[in-house]
Amino acid sequence: MLITIIIPFLAALFVPILHKSIFRKLHIGWFVLFVPLVLFMLLARSIPSVSNGRAFVHAFEWIPAYGVNFTIYLDGMSLLFSLLITGIGALVVLYSIFYLSQRESLSHFYVYLLMFMGAMLGLVFSDNVIALYLFWELTSISSFLLIAFWFYRNQSRYGAQKSLLITVSGGIAMLAGFLMLYTMTGSFSIREIASSIHLHANHELFLPALVLILLGAFSKSVQFPFHIWLPDAMEAPTPVSAYLHSATMVKAGLYLVARFTPIFGVEPVWFWTVSIVGLVTLFWGSFSAIRQTDLKALLAYSTISQLGLIMSLLGIGSAVYALDFQPSSLILTSAAFAAFFHLINHSTFKGALFMVIGIIDHTVGTRDVRRLGGLMAMMPLTFTIALIGSFSMAGLPPFNGFLSKEMFFYAMNQVQAFNLFSISTLSALFPILAWIASILTFVYSMIIVFQTFFGRYKPDEFDRPPEEASFGMLIAPAILSILIVGIFFFPNVINRHILQPILLNVYAPLADAMEFDFHISAWHGFNLELFMTLGVVVFGAIVYKLLRHWMKIYGLFPEKWSFDSLYHFILERGEQAARSLTNTYMTGSLRHYFAYIFLFFIAAVGGILIYTGAFSIATNQDAPITVYEWIIAVIMMIAGIAIIFATSRLTAIILNSVLGFSIAGLFVMFRAPDLALTQLVVESVTTALFLLCFYFLPPFKQEEKPARNFQWTHALISISVGLVFIFIALAVNSNPMFDTIAHFFENADELTGSSNIVNAILGDFRAFDTMLEVVVLFLAGIGVYTLVKLKKGREEQNIEDQ
Amino acid sequence: MKINDVILQTVAKVVVFIILTLGVYIFLAGHHNPGGGFVGGLVLASALVLLYLSFDIKTVHKGLPFDFKLIAALGAFTVVAAGVGALFFNESFLTQTFLSWTWPIVGKMGVSTVTIFEAGVALAVVGVVITIILSISEDV
Repeated sequence: MLITIIIPFLAALFVPILHKSIFRKLHIGWFVLFVPLVLFMLLARSIPSVSNGRAFVHAFEWIPAYGVNFTIYLDGMSLLFSLLITGIGALVVLYSIFYLSQRESLSHFYVYLLMFMGAMLGLVFSDNVIALYLFWELTSISSFLLIAFWFYRNQSRYGAQKSLLITVSGGIAMLAGFLMLYTMTGSFSIREIASSIHLHANHELFLPALVLILLGAFSKSVQFPFHIWLPDAMEAPTPVSAYLHSATMVKAGLYLVARFTPIFGVEPVWFWTVSIVGLVTLFWGSFSAIRQTDLKALLAYSTISQLGLIMSLLGIGSAVYALDFQPSSLILTSAAFAAFFHLINHSTFKGALFMVIGIIDHTVGTRDVRRLGGLMAMMPLTFTIALIGSFSMAGLPPFNGFLSKEMFFYAMNQVQAFNLFSISTLSALFPILAWIASILTFVYSMIIVFQTFFGRYKPDEFDRPPEEASFGMLIAPAILSILIVGIFFFPNVINRHILQPILLNVYAPLADAMEFDFHISAWHGFNLELFMTLGVVVFGAIVYKLLRHWMKIYGLFPEKWSFDSLYHFILERGEQAARSLTNTYMTGSLRHYFAYIFLFFIAAVGGILIYTGAFSIATNQDAPITVYEWIIAVIMMIAGIAIIFATSRLTAIILNSVLGFSIAGLFVMFRAPDLALTQLVVESVTTALFLLCFYFLPPFKQEEKPARNFQWTHALISISVGLVFIFIALAVNSNPMFDTIAHFFENADELTGSSNIVNAILGDFRAFDTMLEVVVLFLAGIGVYTLVKLKKGREEQNIEDQ
Repeated sequence: MKINDVILQTVAKVVVFIILTLGVYIFLAGHHNPGGGFVGGLVLASALVLLYLSFDIKTVHKGLPFDFKLIAALGAFTVVAAGVGALFFNESFLTQTFLSWTWPIVGKMGVSTVTIFEAGVALAVVGVVITIILSISEDV
């Protein structure tokens, strides 16, 4: 199973290479298409054994000392998500081949897409929460890169930043929650936590962990009030919106909630938060969707609302845990069942709809409903697919959305009938809110179909004349619409093989006690749910007809009270505060920066010297100081003091070299030819470099002015730094805190085959240090290069704001 | 004002080869005697700096058409690769190994993987030093 996570990353490595060589003419997408296709088949092969209740586990050690491992765990739930990731992924890649032309930077696009695919698979396969967190953030990062794919657009960069800020903040909250779980249970494994959490239900960290993990899930799954990033994320290319922002990534939060239901479900807070936040999101998403004029923004809000629907179902399903598995509460397991069924259905119809909108945008150059109309005659196939998708979303037969919408109503009615936690008035709100939201859903679904394909044909409004999309673009949405109809007629295939094992994962304690024997059927007789659906259609049609009069409602909410404004407010204030804080110490004066560095040095190193009491200085073991050493030391002192009074840079630099060469002389005297050699060469090269830099520096005098009058603080800092150094040197020599490592050096020849112990240290004993030093050196070189080159290009910087 | 640097150029032509040879010697000597990758690299770099000082960048670039950023990258890569290489022999990261024999006349000689590591250090040093000096001087 590890291979399924690695393959996308490996393929991502090959994409740029192949793009430059073999796939120069052919679209690189054809190569990428193989990855999700092969993975889908690999995963589909494990359906039979997983549907029999088996689970696969593979553990790979990462940091075993802290219990952090890559534990791959494949059960029903992760199988469903991985099938969605690879299945929808394959269709999206196929669609993107025709959507993105060769002129786009395709290798970037597909590298990001594959990176996302691998990260998302890793997320659903990880049993270890730290690995899960790692993949979680990786999906956020790849989503960021994909939203900003057309990075020269201002809106794209804005949307990318917004999504990253919100999802990553949620992710960090989630990480804190995971660490709290670790503190409670001593384990990072979800399964181990789930099996031992009942011992810690009264722990003081239990509730904070619950809230923090929910924050992560809600921000990722665009739940109210974190939903504001999704509409802006629609700046991404449409295949990305169809894939990340409707079918897979935004469902990661749902996955997390479902996974953690066995852990947190016993706490009623979990039930209340998840189901109420879900319901509010469901309502608010569908309410806001109607006012959108951009079809993609409409779909974004509809995604928000549908995710809220699934979230509320998961919340109701978790009540079974809170009610401690009373036999009468088991009926609520149907809510979780409906949640996963609707999750599949949503991926099919929303994927198809996104692709259809993409086709329209691609063909006529606009996706504004006010400019569209009458396209049915020109694009009959696109129209058919849009019809199937929208009607399924509205919950009409014979499409799969009807089945899950009925089950959703059923679950909501159960809440009321059940009178959960004996709060009757509140539980009555559940079905009512659900029903109103469904009417709104019906309305916006109708907007997609009728305002785009019916109505007056306005050819002047289009950038390009409408025509039926190319065959290749239609394949992927057509397959999805066949699935939409297919699932309606044969729902129990999915039911038996995919949904039943998931319920066993969610309700593990019930696995032996009861059989999950749900049967999905389109016809239940004339019951409450059917009448609710009929009501939705009737009222929905009336609302749609009178839409113009209803629109006034949106004027009631002033713009500045929206969550978007709050986000801007926080961002702006945060930037202002950060800027003013930074400006207080980042003065642009090297003198100040040196002062910070030295002050930190005095505090840290001097502080440690005092803290460890290393101030004992014993000179009795030191060798006597010879005359030559005295001479060199005196020369260095004179040079050091003279630098302060130097009036030109050249004098200062020559005096500085005097110091350097004297040190080399000392090295020679102490029989360290290696160091002396290095010191000499370094001194020469530095002098050359200094002379070069002089060219660019302002005159010495001018800069010196403010420092002419003696500054006590500077004197104090420099004298303290010198003192700390002297104390370290003396203390190190007289106070052996560690065992001597001399035997390494004495046996250097046998151990490393090198009799030069300096190089034995550099290249073998402490090779890790050297390696990192080389890397740092390289980075510094590249840093200088880019700084110099960037400065040159500063004048032409404004080209990217379009 | 045109600077007459005939003497500098004539001397540099000869001295550069001496310095380069010294650099290589110091690099190789480092295994048993004073020297090593870092110093060797610095000596090589200083020879090149001398060339750049006595001739101009264009002329030197004609004779040495290298991109020194790439050389620095190659060096850093070699150093890391020398460490990773050990993993393929089931050793821990950065394990070095060596072989040595006693030869007639020359005495004990051997080969060691440290040489690869040190070569990487030297390349990185040469590349970085020249990159920094060139990019600053090109900024005029």
